[in-house]
This record gives sequence, C-alpha cells and structure tokens, in this order.
Amino acid sequence: MAERLCPPDEAGVIEAVRQAAADGTPLAVEGNGSKRAMLRPVQAGRTLSTAALSGITLYRPAELILSARAGTPLAEIEAELERHNQMIPAEPPDFAALFGHAIPSTIGGMVAANLSGPRRIGPGGALRDQLLGIRMVTGHAELVRSGGRVHKNVTGLDLCKLLAGSHGTLGVMTEVTLKLVPRPEGSLSLAVAVPGLEEGIAALSAGLGSPYGVTGAALLPSGIPSGMPIGMPGGPSLPGSPVAVLRLEDFRRFLPRRAEALRGLLSRFGDVQLIGEEDSAGLWRQVRDAALLEPAPDQMVWRISVRPSRAPDLARRLDAAFEARLLLDWGGGLVWATGSASIAAHEAVVAAVAEAGGVFTLFRAPDPLRAAVPVLPAEAVALAAIAGRVKAALDPAGVLNPGRMRA
Amino acid sequence: MIALPEPDAAVLARRDVILRDLRTLVPDGPFGPGVIGDAIRLRAYETDGLSAYRQPPLAVVLPTSTGEVAAVLRYCHREKIRVVPRGAGTSLSGGALPLADAVVIGLMRMNRILDVDFADRLAVVEAGVTNLGITQAVAGEGFFYAPDPSSQLACMIGGNVMMNSGGAHCLKYGVTAGNLLGVTFVTMEGEVVRIGGGHLDAAGYDWLGLITGSEGQLGLVTEVTVRILRAAEGARAMLAAFRSNEVAGQAVDAIIGSGIIPVALEFMDRPAIHACEAFANAGYPLDAEAMLIIEVEGDTAEQDDLLGSIAAICNRFDPISLRVAETAEQSIAIWKGRKGAFGAVGRISPDYLCMDGTIPTGELPHVLKRIGEMSDSYGLKVANIFHAGDGNLHPLIMFDANDPESFRKAEAFGADILKLCVEVGGCLTGEHGVGVEKRDLMNVQFTETELRQQRAIKSAFDPDWLLNPAKVFPLEGNPALAPRIPAVVPHG
Repeated sequence: MAERLCPPDEAGVIEAVRQAAADGTPLAVEGNGSKRAMLRPVQAGRTLSTAALSGITLYRPAELILSARAGTPLAEIEAELERHNQMIPAEPPDFAALFGHAIPSTIGGMVAANLSGPRRIGPGGALRDQLLGIRMVTGHAELVRSGGRVHKNVTGLDLCKLLAGSHGTLGVMTEVTLKLVPRPEGSLSLAVAVPGLEEGIAALSAGLGSPYGVTGAALLPSGIPSGMPIGMPGGPSLPGSPVAVLRLEDFRRFLPRRAEALRGLLSRFGDVQLIGEEDSAGLWRQVRDAALLEPAPDQMVWRISVRPSRAPDLARRLDAAFEARLLLDWGGGLVWATGSASIAAHEAVVAAVAEAGGVFTLFRAPDPLRAAVPVLPAEAVALAAIAGRVKAALDPAGVLNPGRMRA
Repeated sequence: MIALPEPDAAVLARRDVILRDLRTLVPDGPFGPGVIGDAIRLRAYETDGLSAYRQPPLAVVLPTSTGEVAAVLRYCHREKIRVVPRGAGTSLSGGALPLADAVVIGLMRMNRILDVDFADRLAVVEAGVTNLGITQAVAGEGFFYAPDPSSQLACMIGGNVMMNSGGAHCLKYGVTAGNLLGVTFVTMEGEVVRIGGGHLDAAGYDWLGLITGSEGQLGLVTEVTVRILRAAEGARAMLAAFRSNEVAGQAVDAIIGSGIIPVALEFMDRPAIHACEAFANAGYPLDAEAMLIIEVEGDTAEQDDLLGSIAAICNRFDPISLRVAETAEQSIAIWKGRKGAFGAVGRISPDYLCMDGTIPTGELPHVLKRIGEMSDSYGLKVANIFHAGDGNLHPLIMFDANDPESFRKAEAFGADILKLCVEVGGCLTGEHGVGVEKRDLMNVQFTETELRQQRAIKSAFDPDWLLNPAKVFPLEGNPALAPRIPAVVPHG
C-alpha cells in the first residue's frame, strides 16, 4: 500500500508537493479517490489526498456563491444548499454505484473531473461554467489563485477552466468557489415512447427547442425501468422500446400549463405520459448517475460527448460492434455505453466516436485494459505540443498524477 | 499613462518587404485591398473603443479565410513580427490597440454564417460575424444567441470569444464561455486546430475554456460554433426606485432570496438616473437615490405572477416609485433610458471612461459611498450602472480629453475604483477585459507568482511573445519585452 498523505491545510499540500518535486517521487492526487477507476491507473509511490481539507469556507446565499475546501464531501455541500433552497446548477452526479463502491465524492474531485448531470443542457451550463474561483498548489509547490468569488470575472487567463477536467495533473486544487442558483420549487417529466433512436432524439430536440424551459432531456433505449409506475392512464410504456423523457422545473404553479403545451408539441412522436414529481426526481437521479446503464461488474463503460443528431448513427455502430448497452442524456449529446471488456470494443468506440466528430472518456475498465489503451481521444499534433508545454509550465517535475490522462 | 514596448527597429526597417510579402499572402479582393500600408488608411486602425490611446500599426491585413490567417501567422512567426488581432475594434480596454511594429490581423471580412442547425441548437459562424448578426440569423425560428454586450450591434463574435464578453442577461444565461461549443484556432506557428465542435463537453484539457477570454494572447480564432437557445415566450420589465443605495441593495438581496432569478437586474445610481432621464425622457424618478430595472421571462400570466411577487418584495422597502410594465411597449420605455446610458453620459460630458470592476453584490452600498468620496476628491463626476445580480459595476467617469490633467485624474480615479473592487473581494474586470487599460493594475489582484504562472502558460502557446504583446501582463516581468518611456498620449 502506497503512503497516503492527507495534509490538514494548504501549507501541508505545498510541502507535500515540494518534497515530491525535490525527490522526483510521483504523487497520485485525489480527494477521497471515488473516481480512481476512471481513466488510466496512476503509478505513484505516494498518494496526496485533499480529504482533510474540508469544510465550507464562505456561503452567501444572497450572492449565490459558495466556497469550500477541496476535500469537502459533495453531500455536505448539497445538504447545506438544500437548507437555503439553492443548488449547484450542473447537478453533479454520484458515480459510487457505477464504480461499485460507497465512497463519497469531494467537491474538488468533482471539479477536477468537470462532471455535470442532466441540467448541463440548461443555460447554467457545465460545472466548469459555474466554477468562479480556485486556489491550487502547482507542481512548483506554489499557491496560485484564479478567478475569485464574483460571478463575472475576466481578469487574466482563466485557469479555472484549465484546471476543471484536468484530473489533478496540472495542480492540486485546495479550495473552489461555485456559482449557485435557487432550487426550482417543483418539477415533473413527460415521457414519450418512440419507435427508434432517431425519433427519440427528434422528440428531445423539439422539447429543447421549445420555450417551456426543459431542464432534462434523456433517451432511455430500453424504456422506463421496471418498478417505476407512470401516473397516467395507459400505464407504462411497452417494455424494450425507447422512451424519450423531458423534465420541466420551475415554480409549481407554472408547471401544469407548460406541461400541457409541451405535451402538445410532443404528441406527434407518440403517447405522452406525465411522470409526477417524486417519480420524476427518482428517474433523473438514475439518469444523472448513469445507474440505468446497469453495467455488469466486469464490463467497460464509456462516456461520449457528441453532436445530438449524430447519436443514433453512433449507437448503431456500437450496437453492431459489440451489442453495446446505451443511455442517452443531454438531448442525445451525452451517450453512455457499456459492453464486455475488450480492446476490440474499445477500438470500435474510438472509431465510431471519431466518425461522429465527438469525444470519449473511458470511464471504467479493468486495470490492465485501461493501462493499455488511450482513455481519451488523441489530440491534434499542434495541440499536443502545446499541452506538453502547459504541463511543463505547471508541473515541471511531472509529479502530479503522471499517466492519469495519457500514457 | 500606459507604456508600450520599444518597437523592433529591424522590423520597422523591413516595412516595405513585409508589406510586399503580406500582399502575396492576402491578395486584394472584391471588398478592397488585402493589406493596408499607407499612413492615411492605417489611421482607421490606430485605436479601438478605448479611444484615449492611439498608435498606428506597421500594417493591417484583412484576410478572408482561415488559410490566409494561418499563412500570415506562419509568416509573422518566421519573421518574428508581432501581431495584434482585431474584430470590430469595440474593445473598451484597448485590447486591439496596435503597436508600431505590429501587423494588425482584422477579421471583419470573415463574416459568413456557415451553418445553422436548430435541431442541434448550434450555429457555426466566422469570427467577423457580429454578435447581433447571429441572433438575427436564428430569430426567425424563435432562437437567439444569449450573451448580449452593449456593443452587440457592432462587436464581432471572434472578439467576444477573445474577451469572454458578458452583457445584461448573464445572471440567467451566463457569459460567452458557457455559450460556445467550438472554435477553429490558429496558433502563432500558423497551425489550424479544430477545438470542440458540435458536442458539449471536452475530453482532456479544456482548451476552449482557456482560449475564451485570453485576449489574443494564445492564438487567433477564425470560426466559432455557438449554442443557440430558444427564446422565452416573452419578457417584461418593471422599475423600482428607492431612497438610498443601501435600501435598493437590500431589495436586490430579497428578490434573489425569494428564488426568482430575473433575466436582468440593473441598478442605476442618482447621477445615472438623471443623465439617462435628461437624454431619454423615460420617466425615471428624479428624487430617487437608486433605481432598479428588473426583467422577467415567461408567458403573460407568468410575467404577471413574477412581476407581482417582485413588486410585493420591493414594497417592503418603501419604494419612491414602482412601475410595472403592462405591455411590451411600456417595457421598452423602461429600458429606453438604461440602454441609452452611455450616450446620455456622453451628452453631459465631453468624454468619459467606462470602468468595469466586479464586486460582491453585498458590498454595493459601501463601494458607491467610497466612489462618491473619490469623486469629490478628484473633482470629477461619476455615474454608476451596475448589473446587480452578478456584481458587475460600470462607473462612468466624466472628464475632458482636451485637458491632459483631467485625463490623468480620470485614469487615477478609475484605478482607485478598481483597487477598491479588489479590496472588497471583487476583481479588476468583469467583462471588458484587461487589455492595456488595466494591465498595470494586474499586480493589485495577482501575486507575482500568479502572474509568472499565467505568463508561463502564454509562453507555452507563444514562446516568442508575438501575440498581442503589451496587453494583459505588466511589461516588467514579460520575457523579450522591455518597458520604455510613455509611447502614447491621450488624443486632443
């Protein structure tokens, strides 16, 4: 078992990185390590965890901002936000079940992976769009801040965006500041059974192109999960046929009219069924966490971001290659895929995603496999050269999470 | 006073050769010459929206394709010639101010809309398409491009990307960064790279996010894929006026606390109210110390509901005046004064500087009080316009550019305001960018370590510091650029 450092303060993080850079010992950088199974395994003599940097440091509900130390459990933040009827707009997912453990995510880990849930398609955007400020320790063992605690800030290069999604390879975030929004008072969903994925994507596009404020648009290729009653005459959809689900959220008193209007818009795609607030919330949690994908423990999982209209063709290719199971969110722009672990399946994903003009992340795979294949798409040559220089500018000794994203 | 780096004498000496070479790369076309080199026509490019600073460039090139942009950059990289990118030239921070030895690459002729896809909710446009031009191209189907800087009639999307432009509706719809899907990026070496595309999230490092707001420090953008959104069913505004800035600030907090996110929440102080009213006759209450314009979206019944709730909240703060628009026309009337604010201030003062700090919204009363004290001590008037929901403060400092002392004072006053913004927990610029204007204040907000780190990232993209140098970073500490005596003076 590698040595695990959990410094209780920023100075401790600086010291840990300074030591690692001085003796050239790579550090596995993580919060609680809940997403360790993502991407490539890191070979490091020591683990540097931000878990002991915990706690909300600033919460101003009237200013819609919150700062927390990187190791603060996401659940702790969400509980505090709930007390003030606020939330993180990106709807960050909880992948504990997908990864087969019960380790809680930290806010720093969530930001470092830039993971967003169904509300990504709304005007609030991705988690990185809500990241107002960071404090981080670079590979130079220096404290660097970027952004701040205000909503609008274009002062200097935006290192928040660079660090979000950099998986601990460019710096160790010690504190993050996020933009918040009020929690919508009510929500409900409309579900429509469709003959195929094309029609499903078209239904989602119709909803997202409507003025009714759709905040979730998922396509469940094998229908609504069993055990989820749908509160409308007509009963649940036919098992096995795809179902498009659209979510509305706002003040409760606004929802009946909007649901009626949206139902009218969707009726050309099939029978539209209403899903009430409680079932809707449960269903969207399962979409958010990719729980509906239900991969077997030894299967691989890919997270693919693609232009929505290209999703049906992508799905067909994956089905033909290895009978992939799929879950689509973001109006079809996010495709979760799972299938038996093999290099051939991965190569099929790489090829199909390239053909569709999208990008993939190998989200979960057995260790030998994820160490052997590219877990992210290759970068253009010119960008790869820049990436190497950016990495060297922030982590000259190469001690922060080496090999996590690319071999 | 802003210093510019010493021009490269070797480049100046080769001017004729450089112009000849550039003409082979960007030939003349139906819209005029591809390269501008004569002194008279270069004058048109000597400044931007920050017109107090002027400096004609060595040359201007007006490419019509990504290939031409790449060829010019490849050439300038090889010949070690500095480059200043330019869109419409509306920057309020001097982001497009030329250097005497630099080639300005103007992207205004790259103004085609390449693709509009309503099903995938995106548009692909060239960098020289105006911000409003995008919305106009998609409005027929009920869509719009969300970020709406005041200059949206003229400013170009390429410039919006480079400055990460905002607007009055950011509270709900976010800034430019959140409304982009991809760019065609040209490196200083002249390599063309597609970043992003039709999909929402990057895999790997978020280059799109880093490039957005980079003020031309990292490379040029020639094509942009933007998200387009379906417009709300309708929108309507109300006006609420209060006896003090403090009370107006409390009303803002109470509105946000109620769970309503207005699509716009604009604050004007007494001088701004008076200037706008004199200009636009919008019916603003002249006895108020502070006024809010609040806009909500939805269908008519939802608008009524939300405006009613907000009016009830405002009523708790003893408003001097409360006016809820009943119709779209009344809504336009409420906005009329605010939208004409810059012109209104321009009418009562020969010149003004438009500042752009951001503060924690709760600090507004304190900050306005301090700005009032500074106004007295500098002897210069100031009007304040504030995006109250997101904390972005625009003090308009009135001065006379024909009086160098007045200009000097206005600059010092502006710098003091921005230092105050940082002191209370905010930042130097919310949406206009650092440019040259705030360059020398960067060490107020950042430590030397932080600036060194940002410079190192620029160097990773532009090792020779040829891209828009002398902007964003204080000259001291920049590689390959030495400071020199003041090189530009206020015009007049």
